[in-house]
Order: sequence, then C-alpha cells, then structure tokens
Amino acid sequence: MSFSDFQLIPDGASTLASKVDALYFFALAVSAFFSLLIAVLIFFFFVRYRRRIDGPQVGERIHGSTPLEIVWSAIPFVITMVMFVWGAMVYYEKSQVPADAEEFLATGKQWMWKFQHPEGHREINALHVPVGKRIRITMTSEDVIHSLFIPAFRIKQDVLPGRYTTLWFEATRPGTYHLFCAEYCGAEHSRMIGSVYVMEQDDYQDWLSGGRSGLTPAESGAALFTQHACDTCHKEQRTGRGPSLHGIAGQQVRLASGRTLTRDDAYLRQSIVHPGAELVAGYPLLMPTFQGQITEEGILHLIAYLKSLSAPAAEYSPPIPPEGAEQGPSSADPSEVNP
Amino acid sequence: MSTNVAAEASHPAPGDKPVHYLNWAYGVRSWLLTTDHKRIGILYLISITFFFFIGGIYATLIRLELLTPQADLVQPDTYNRLFTMHGIMMIFFFLIPSIPAVLGNFCIPLMIGAKDVAFPKLNLASWYMFMIGSTMAMFSLITGGVDTGWTFYTPFSTTYSNTYVAPVAIGIFINGFSSIFTGVNFMATIHRMRAPGMTWFKLPLFVWSHYATSLIMVLGTPVLAITLVLVALERLFHFGFFDPAYGGDPVLFQHLFWFYSHPAVYIMILPGMGVVSEIIAAFSRKPVFGYRFVAFASLGIAAIGFLVWGHHLFLSSQGVYAGMIFSAISMMVAVPSAVKVFNWMATLFRGSIEYSTPMFYALGFIGLFVIGGLTGVMLATLGIDIHVHDTYFVVAHFHYIMVGSAVMGYLGGLHYWWPKITGRLYSGFWSHLSALLIFLGFNLTFFPQFLLGYLGMPRRYHVYPEEFQVLHVLSTAGASVLAVGYVIPLVYFLWSLKWGRVAGDNPWQAAGLEWHTSSPPPVHNFTTPPVLAPDAEPYHYDEELLTGTPSPELA
Repeated sequence: MSFSDFQLIPDGASTLASKVDALYFFALAVSAFFSLLIAVLIFFFFVRYRRRIDGPQVGERIHGSTPLEIVWSAIPFVITMVMFVWGAMVYYEKSQVPADAEEFLATGKQWMWKFQHPEGHREINALHVPVGKRIRITMTSEDVIHSLFIPAFRIKQDVLPGRYTTLWFEATRPGTYHLFCAEYCGAEHSRMIGSVYVMEQDDYQDWLSGGRSGLTPAESGAALFTQHACDTCHKEQRTGRGPSLHGIAGQQVRLASGRTLTRDDAYLRQSIVHPGAELVAGYPLLMPTFQGQITEEGILHLIAYLKSLSAPAAEYSPPIPPEGAEQGPSSADPSEVNP
Repeated sequence: MSTNVAAEASHPAPGDKPVHYLNWAYGVRSWLLTTDHKRIGILYLISITFFFFIGGIYATLIRLELLTPQADLVQPDTYNRLFTMHGIMMIFFFLIPSIPAVLGNFCIPLMIGAKDVAFPKLNLASWYMFMIGSTMAMFSLITGGVDTGWTFYTPFSTTYSNTYVAPVAIGIFINGFSSIFTGVNFMATIHRMRAPGMTWFKLPLFVWSHYATSLIMVLGTPVLAITLVLVALERLFHFGFFDPAYGGDPVLFQHLFWFYSHPAVYIMILPGMGVVSEIIAAFSRKPVFGYRFVAFASLGIAAIGFLVWGHHLFLSSQGVYAGMIFSAISMMVAVPSAVKVFNWMATLFRGSIEYSTPMFYALGFIGLFVIGGLTGVMLATLGIDIHVHDTYFVVAHFHYIMVGSAVMGYLGGLHYWWPKITGRLYSGFWSHLSALLIFLGFNLTFFPQFLLGYLGMPRRYHVYPEEFQVLHVLSTAGASVLAVGYVIPLVYFLWSLKWGRVAGDNPWQAAGLEWHTSSPPPVHNFTTPPVLAPDAEPYHYDEELLTGTPSPELA
C-alpha cells in the first residue's frame, strides 16, 4: 500500500479535464453546503426540541406553510437547472467532434484494446498521442459492449458491436495515464486496461519514425478491396455493376426505397455487412454479405480507403451512363454523383 | 371481502391469554395457507431476511477480495458471479419486497382500519410467486451462478456469457408477478377498504407512499418481465432482438431494462420515505409539516421516475439532445425529494422529540438520503457523468440511496412496528448501538467510494491499480463494522420474542389507527371496526390524549 501518491483528484491532462473539474467542484460545493446545512439543522432541532420531563409532551401543532413550500421547491429547481445547463454545455463540447481532428481507429474485443494511428502504427492496450493535437478515435467492438475510459482526460464513450462511436480529446500534459474498459464485458473485464502515453510533438514524431508503421488504414483497405474483388463491380467510373465508390463518403444518396440518406461510416459498414439493407437506387442487389468474412478492423480499413477516394475528375473522365441503367430508373442515378 | 377461516375460532375463554393473529392457530399449515395479511407479512419477513444475509455474504466476499489490488481470494470468474449474485439477491429478493411486502402488508390494512387487504388470496399467491421465483434464481446461483451483472447487458448476456442466464431471468420474471400482485392489492385496498371517515387526506403518509410505489410496481414490472423473456428467447433460440450479429440492437435492451429498473429505484426508496414520515411524526408528537406536499411529492417522484431512464445511457451512443432532455427531467426528481426533506426538517421544529431507535434510523435516513440525492444530481449532470459514469462514484451513490436510505428506512420501520407485530420490546441499549454502528459503518464503507470514483476506479473491477488501495482498505474496514451492525438486530429481535418486555398496545403513544388495537393485533385487526370522526386529523397529538406512561424503550 502506498500513501505517497495518494490524491483526491486525478491528474488532468486534456482540454476537457479542467472544465469537468470546475463543474464538479461547483456541484461538490452545492452538495456540501446543503448536506451540512441539513445535518446541522437535524442536530440542532434534535437537541433543542428534545423531550424533557418538565417540558411539553407533545409538539406544537403546525400544519404547514405554502410560501415555505414554494421557496424550498424553487431553490432546488433553480440550482439543478444551473447544473443542467452547465453540464449540457460540457457534454455538447464532448459530443461535437472537431472537423480537423486526426482520426485514430480503435477496436475493442474481449479483452483487449487495439488502436491504429493514421500513419498505420498499430498498438495493443497502449496509445501514444501527441500533446496539443485534436484527436478523434473511431471505435467499434468485435463482440460485446465495451467503454473506453481515460480518467486523466475525464472522458468516456461506450464501444458497441455493429456500430461506430467517436471519442475526441486534445491532450495538454505529457505523461502516462490509465486507460480502462468501463463497461463490464466478461471474465477479464478488469484486465482490459492499458496506458495512454501523451508525448511532446517532437517525441511523438520520433516515436512514429522509430517503429515500423506498416500500411496506413487506407492502404490496408485498398488491399482488402482488391483481395475481396470489390473492384470487379465497383469501378472508378460508373461502368461497373455496382455504384462507383469514388467520392461518395459523407455524401447524400438516394436509395431504392426512395429515401435519401448520408453515406456516413455507419452506412458504409452496413452496406458491406448487409448490402441489401439500404440499396442504392438504380442498382440491383447482386452483392453477397461480407458479415463474418472481414474483421471489424478490416471494415474500418475499407471505410478509410473509401474516404480516401476522391470523385473522378469530370473533365478527365466524363460520366458515362452506367451499364446497369437499364435495370433501374437511370434518372435516379445522378443524385448520387458528387457535385 | 376478507374471508378468514379462523374468524369464529378466536373467542377468548375467560381467564385465558388474549387470542391474537399469532396464537389462534399453530402448525405449518396455518401459516402456509394463511390469507391473513399480517401472517403473510411475517412470511415475507423471514424470506427476505434470509436473502438479505445471503446477499450480505456475497458483499463480504467482494469487499475481502478488494482489500488488495491483486486477485488473491477469488478468481475473476468467481468475482463476477459474486457481484452479480449480490445485486440480484439484494435488489430483486430483498429491497423491492422489503418495506412493501413486510411492513406495507402488515400495516396498511391496520392503518386504514380494514380487516385485511382487498384480495387476501392474491396476497398469499404473491408470496408463493416470490418463493418460486427466488428458489429458481437461488438454485441457478448455487449450481453455477450468473456473471452478467444484475443489469444483464446485451449482447454479453444473450450471446457471450456461459452461465445460467435464462433460468435466473425466468426466476426474476416469476418474481415480478409477486410485485405486480402486491401492487394491485395495495391499490385496491387503499381505494376500497378504508374505514368510514378515513378520507384520502387523512391517510397516513406511509399509505400514500405505498400507493405511489404500487403504481410503479403495476406499470413498470411488466416491462422488465417482457425484457427478460426477450433475453431468454434470444439466448435460447437466437431471436435477433439485441445482438447485432442476429440483426438486433444492443442499446434497445438498455432502454427497456432501465425503463423499469430506474423506476424500481423509487420502488425501493418511496416506502422508506413513508416510514420516515411516520416515525418523525410519532417521535416529535407533531403532525407532518406540509402533509399534502409530502403526499403529492410521492406521486410526483413516481410519475417523473418513468421519464428519466435515459440518464443511464448518456454514453451509450444515445443522441446528444436525447441526453440533454433526460438530464433535465432527471434533475426534476430533486424537487419533490427536496420538498420531502425540508418538510421532515420542519416537522422536527418545535417538536417534542424522543430519543429512540426508530428515530435514529429516520434521521440517519435523511442524512444519507441527502448525500445520495445530491450525488444523484451530480450524476444527472451530463458534464460530470462523462467522467464518473460506470465508476465507483455510481456505486457509492446508489448504495447511499438503496442501503443508506432504503435499508435504514426498512430497519427504522421494523423497529417502530416490532412491538405491534410481536407484542414485545427489544433492548434499548443494543438497538441504539447497532443503529450507530450501521450509520458509521455505512459511511466508512461507501464514502471512500465517491473518492475512488472520481479518481477513475471503474466498477466491477476485480483487480485494480495500486494507488486505489488505501480507499479500498477503508471501504472494507467500514464493511466489517456494517456487518456487525446488521447481525446485532437479528440477535436482539429473536431474543425479544421470548424475553422481551411486553409492549402494550401503544408503547410509543403514537397516533395512527394501527396503535389503537392490541399488540399483537387480533385476527381481524380490530375488535370493533374503527370509524373516524369528521374532524379527525392524521397525526393528531394532544397532551390530554397521552396516557402518561413514559416511553418504555430505554427501560
């Protein structure tokens, strides 16, 4: 047992940490004030109005006071609304992922965390990040629900199977910090832990250049794209049996059902795992399911690859009516072309 | 409505001891086939006491394991079963039935001047459902156990756990009917069985809080029951409700589960609040300040309680604005809760306060409830929850509510009505000592866990980083004190049955109809059915009404 490093507030090492702490201290002060007030009043009344042999044997018959009830309903209402608004502001900041954040990938599985840097470096139960850079981690699970928790960053986000969640932060202080799984996930839940290493930017660059980077997520995705023969149908120009996948990520698309939706990460994942679920208008369902054939990391790589594909330059290769056009209304098709 | 076979059998012969509900008939049959609400209350008392100590043994093992950062006492598989079984035992088989099924069953008909509940046979059926459900769960827990946590989160529970999930889920499903039966019975009883003149605003606040509790039991429990059936179906037949591998949605489970299980927290706390209102009035000899506000606060908590489940899902990928709405509504629970606390304080003001064991528990309840409630507001604050969610901060918070408050309320009520239930008094010295040990032990156990939580210690961890050990040692030390505090009442309550002083009809000189019949009460509760005068008030205390005998407890 070590008393030397005993502390009541954990190290704070992100831009969010001081904001969460400030809110916590405010709530703590309010709570301490009311707890003490009530404790002191209980103690005072208990002593002051104790039954004495020569004193009154029954209490005074006081039935209530509506003004008092209004006052002590209003006080907690106002205080909790202040806490609500303040808390919602911090939560909103946590939920709004900055557009310029660098994208890391994370996969949780029983019982380890796998991370991948944009440059391709892979880590297990360890995450090296530079100080002063906004970083977002796109996360998914291969099995049950996990939750990535970095106490020093005051941040946590559940990691779900079949779905992507995002956690972002900007580290402010170099150091080594805990990384936990916070959602109970089975036998070795308490060993699904690791460390976050926050490094000065130069040190981080040294660290990156020191290890073998391997392929970047997009490069791995490109390899998978070829390996699974996706390019047989999905061609750059819209000449394949499937829709062209160039420049589509994040864009609107019209579906065979008539609905329009954004081709975000979740849509792209679903179209790989269950191609029939949200079919693009104008294309028949020819694609088999790839559920279970590509790992969650592989799907993340494929998505990274798709995002790296820019739309075909119009002057270089003018759009050609797709061959599959006769199988569906070709008028629906241009809606998915990136303007 | 009430049909009790023993009615005519209980004519006391001259010179004999008075005949009451305990001694009019003996033998196993007279207990297992009873439809008397008082005897059913006793059956529940014995059953839930058993489950409380089973759950307590699990808690002891958990705290012993957490004494050191390493895994030395048990292995992870065992540890995960321990906290799961602790939660299931304590919540489903102790806390939810505790005050309603024991004290509510015993007292509500007495308090409203009825001779039994509206549906006496349904009342007995409720106990049998409880026993079938709990036996089934116990059997699975003993033969193999369950490692999902009491929350059964999917897809871990439906696909990945190798333990006896389905039998336990079905046990809890069956047990749910005991809750529903009790809730239906209380509502019908309170509506239809009140004595002449007992209007709604003359009801004791204990009855009001049980009315609110019954609403939650009847409206909420079916949702949990159906959810557990879906878990069992997915587990056994791979229906795709929750596991994405079968096309389900794992977060759907969390919505369904917490739609019941958050209101269930109010099933555990509201009856305790009712007990506190009774005790504070009785031992201040004063009407409860703001009676109607306290009564409506119970209904308010029950109603708002159904709209706050999403605060368990702030980090489950729920939308940002959904999170904000659930946060704001959760904050609203603070208002009726604070109203209750302030009214209790005002009831003490200019009271004639007696120092007694039930009063110690009631005041302990208020103190711990305030801390539990305020930390609940902190958890409902989105910006704090992102850090402390799923940490020991949550563990500490809900133990302040569910042990600090609910169990204190239960023990306070048990000490308050024990003379009525058994006709005997317990030892003043030992009951004061145990109340003190429980209060101190509780705080020493759970206060350090708030600190652990903010430091980042996740819950359900079997091994942990070394810097958390100091606080874990404090917590385990507190748990030892707490355990002693819980065993002492078991001893003196049993002792009092044979050697305790005879209590008399109204040892506390309390108002309330239950004190206007003999202790223990006769089979049909009142020898002459009570009728309330038009000007009768709840909690009416008057010097002239007192019999002049001093309080017996400290003798």
